[in-house]
Amino acid sequence: MDDDDDVILLDLWVSVFGQRVRIALAEKGVHYENREENPQNKTPLLLEMNPVHKKIPVLIHQGKPVCESNIIVQYIDEAWHQSPSLLPSDPYLRAQARLWADFVDKKVYEAGKKIWRTEGGEQVAKKEELIEVLKVLEGQLGEKPYLVGGSFGLADIALIPFSVWFHAFGKMNIERECPKLAAWVNRCMEREAVSKSLPHPHKIYEFDQKKKKNGQ
Amino acid sequence: MSDIVKLYAFRGSPYSCRPEIALKLKGVKYEFIQEDLKNKSADLIKYNPVNKKVPVLVHNGNPISESVVILEYIDEVWKGVPILPQDAYEKAQARFWARFVDDKCIPAVFKAMVSRGEEQAVAEAHVQMQFLENELKAKGKKFFGGDNVGLVDICASYMALWVGAAEEALGIKLMPKDKFPKLIEWSDNYINCPAVKDGLPPRETVVGIYKTL
Repeated sequence: MDDDDDVILLDLWVSVFGQRVRIALAEKGVHYENREENPQNKTPLLLEMNPVHKKIPVLIHQGKPVCESNIIVQYIDEAWHQSPSLLPSDPYLRAQARLWADFVDKKVYEAGKKIWRTEGGEQVAKKEELIEVLKVLEGQLGEKPYLVGGSFGLADIALIPFSVWFHAFGKMNIERECPKLAAWVNRCMEREAVSKSLPHPHKIYEFDQKKKKNGQ
Repeated sequence: MSDIVKLYAFRGSPYSCRPEIALKLKGVKYEFIQEDLKNKSADLIKYNPVNKKVPVLVHNGNPISESVVILEYIDEVWKGVPILPQDAYEKAQARFWARFVDDKCIPAVFKAMVSRGEEQAVAEAHVQMQFLENELKAKGKKFFGGDNVGLVDICASYMALWVGAAEEALGIKLMPKDKFPKLIEWSDNYINCPAVKDGLPPRETVVGIYKTL
């Protein structure tokens, strides 16, 4: 299935999950129509295409919806066969890729959420929790260029969008605590598909400030 | 070189049964190691240092954890009876529903169990179960996997066995037949599949576990 036609992404610019999909599509060079959703006013199309969760991102390929960002990334890899592959070919490494993508969802997202929702002393404690999670990833990375195998793939795609948030929140000190991970961030950002798919940290910071001002 | 397959698991856990069912479907020989969850073995901690949880499959010394990741691994390594569809879109749907079972359905049903059938908790569980009921209706087949058992069926083992066992142990109603006829029919078909029957713990074991809740 190498048809580029008829690909729509229902997305939200600030969503790390939407960014994963954008990165995967860009890596494969797939042309698509990006449609920005408003979470306060969801389109009938979104509700029809994701009736279970009513959330973005949703990839609509030839009229059929695929939901859940890590699942969409794997779908993109399987539906478009051109390089680069987004998962290794070896089954054991593929399992590791899925495991670490899942770890990002369960641990990084949860720890990150607690930081964005707290302030002052409590936030300091939550930042330390996140650093502990990132240290585990630092351990997994080791001397490798990417998280699993030798190539950029699913696990890296799952994690890299979060790096913009760490950067936006300045005093995370990733470089000191997780130097290998910091180098990995720079390495990923050198990939055009990644740098053009992620927002600038300043925009994230502005977005968060606005949300806090509106009492969200 | 012949395969050495070990499964570190806990018989009675709805997550541990998943790789067992898959291995039996594929006809793979394996060694089962029952873990004491209050006193985990050094091997388990070595093979799953991050979470220290069961199940863990160790294939020729290589460990894989997380039940759904293990299922996909088993499907990719051992050919024969397929657990996931071939088609990329159908595969994505199977992964979606497997994730739904784990992220939404099981937690809601578990909450209803722990609350001993409290009305609001049961109502919330029913909302999630309705999605599965509708999916079976829409598919119009015997299983979530179609004519044969697949990834989603294996993940939904909890609904087929653990729910009924909890109903019996706790004297509550979680999955009434009039509301969930398709799920009830699917449960019966599923637990009577030969490989599934072999891979599931005996119902009395699960009832026993729930009686101590």
